[in-house]
Amino acid sequence: MSDDDVLLEVDNLKKHFKVNEGWIASLLQSVSGGEPDYVHAVDGVSFELREGETLGLAGESGCGKTTTGMSLVKLHEPTAGDIEYDDKRLSEASDAELKEFRQNAQMIFQDPFESLNPRMTVYDIVAEPLRIHDIRNETARVQRALEFAELEPAEQYFDQYPHELSGGQRQRVAIARALVLDPDFIVADEPVSMLDVSLRAGVLSLLDRMTEEFGLSVVYISHDLSLLRHMCDRLAIMYMGKIVEKGPTDQIIENPQHPYTQALINAVPVPDPDVGRERVELQGEVGDVIDIPTGCRFKDRCPKHMGEVCDKVVPPLEQKADVDADQDIACHLFESAEGYDPYEELEGRSAASDASDDTESAPADD
Amino acid sequence: MAQEEQTGRSIFTDLDDGTSDEEINKWQRTFRLWRETLRDHWGKLTDELSVKLSLITVAAFVLIGIFAPFIATHEPLTRQYQGEAEILIDKWAEPSILGADSGYILGTTAEGFDIFSQLVYGTRAALMVGLIAAVFTAGIGTLVGLVAGYYGGKVDDALMRLVDFLYGMPLLPTVIVLVAVLGPNLWNIIFALIILQWRSTARVIRSQSLSLRERPFVKAAEVAGAGDWHIISRHLAPNVLPLTFLYGSFGIAWAILAEAGVSFIGLGDPNTVSWGTMLQASRAYSALQFGAWWWFVPPGICIGLLVISGFLIGRGYEEITNPKLQ
Repeated sequence: MSDDDVLLEVDNLKKHFKVNEGWIASLLQSVSGGEPDYVHAVDGVSFELREGETLGLAGESGCGKTTTGMSLVKLHEPTAGDIEYDDKRLSEASDAELKEFRQNAQMIFQDPFESLNPRMTVYDIVAEPLRIHDIRNETARVQRALEFAELEPAEQYFDQYPHELSGGQRQRVAIARALVLDPDFIVADEPVSMLDVSLRAGVLSLLDRMTEEFGLSVVYISHDLSLLRHMCDRLAIMYMGKIVEKGPTDQIIENPQHPYTQALINAVPVPDPDVGRERVELQGEVGDVIDIPTGCRFKDRCPKHMGEVCDKVVPPLEQKADVDADQDIACHLFESAEGYDPYEELEGRSAASDASDDTESAPADD
Repeated sequence: MAQEEQTGRSIFTDLDDGTSDEEINKWQRTFRLWRETLRDHWGKLTDELSVKLSLITVAAFVLIGIFAPFIATHEPLTRQYQGEAEILIDKWAEPSILGADSGYILGTTAEGFDIFSQLVYGTRAALMVGLIAAVFTAGIGTLVGLVAGYYGGKVDDALMRLVDFLYGMPLLPTVIVLVAVLGPNLWNIIFALIILQWRSTARVIRSQSLSLRERPFVKAAEVAGAGDWHIISRHLAPNVLPLTFLYGSFGIAWAILAEAGVSFIGLGDPNTVSWGTMLQASRAYSALQFGAWWWFVPPGICIGLLVISGFLIGRGYEEITNPKLQ
């Protein structure tokens, strides 16, 4: 696990969406001098993706996992933070470098009924990225990609429109489109959640084969932990725009440390009635993503809430001294391996009041 | 990609040198796909009897318009005189199809114009107004709608406020002002109609492209590196095109009606014959009170036929754009 095979490094990525768009609203705001509201969809996420690695992003709806995935392929301009690809910062990349990045970053979407243009044929859909990047051998490449996606004979699909295909076939076309440029990494956003259960296995084994044979790095975004366990080398669990725990998949699933991860894993049904598991059921709702609470974002629902530290100090994602596995956890329950003391900050904070927190989270205009 | 080739893990590696000869002929393919789509649409359109009849009606009017000089028996704006003495027709000549011995198929107007010839030439004005206004309103509306919907933000705000402004302009007063300033001329009427008509197309196309641009297939194109123009022309436009056609075909009928209305209140082009100006003249000479129904009934029927046909075709097309109606 040396540093040089890191393909993509995400550094404190933030994506905030402005609420109340529209010129009258912003005019009123500028007159009244009020600050616009922001939805903190992704709020400081850092991780790295190594070459040939599969990383799973998990979390409940609205935790920012899809926004993170979309930022990875530059569908969103990050509010703050940066993505480093091949040792180049994307925010500073030239047009040519960005074009190269576009060629190497692809995405597979959740809904195969929506991700294919209904007025284009399968051939045109798969060939489109090649045309954009001016790559030759269009026909041969399209054919190869479709055959790899197990749509054979490929010629038979060339002139078909998406509505003539089944859901599984459509998702295969979407996969072929993502592969046709021969990318370095793919973001797969809930790639099978819209498919029939009977078709999932086929598409999943195709995705598996894709990682194997292309040597691709893949970021899987899903709320389905059993799927991620099957597909991923490493897992990152997100909650309200932040990663709360990340590490090797087996480690996280077998031995979750963060209370939220524990609750999430507990919620996966076990097909054995005799397995007695200690149920951790979460109370309450996900917090307000516009008016972010101070301290730990999970504090209101946390079964192991410890009091003032949790209320006031944001827990950093770091190695913990009392958890010996290779696992990063953002929780005050464990002692930092890097010598960070949240209680120290707690005392400092009570003197400095909450003003510093506001300036820290003030996002750039978007 | 270079790294992939080194490790030999790409399934495309062997394709990267030289072009293979099995490249598909793109033009042929595009042409074939277009033909298939059009045939499919045509088949669906002519499936219904009312649409078929409407198409026949419109086609008949188009033929009449094209061959007007051969069909019309007289010049539409030349006064007709009676008998050898060439006296100006007293009041009007009754139609010969009703048995009158006048020699004029549908009689003449009080001004001495042959009604049948006017009717035939009026077809030209109606079709010209309808087609030109429809093409321009659909074209401008689609373009503005696509740009506003795709770019959103300030561009959208600016364009939509312009549309709002146009929505605030009432049809007749605006046409009166424009025609008064520019002069009563068929082209100025068409111009005024276009200005007032593209607003609704633009609104509808904008809302459609607003929703289209958030669809995952547009995102997929963005991820692949497609530029703005590529997305607008390849992904948004083909998906709003049926709506454009729909609004175009409704636009034809709407423009013909509006032109007739404008002409009826006396703002028509005095040098062109249109069904609207015929109605206006018949009203001015109180044809209704004198029972000269052959003067105003034929243009009324023609307007009705053409407009209803336009709407029925539009309605038939709507079933293609919105399959749920079927």
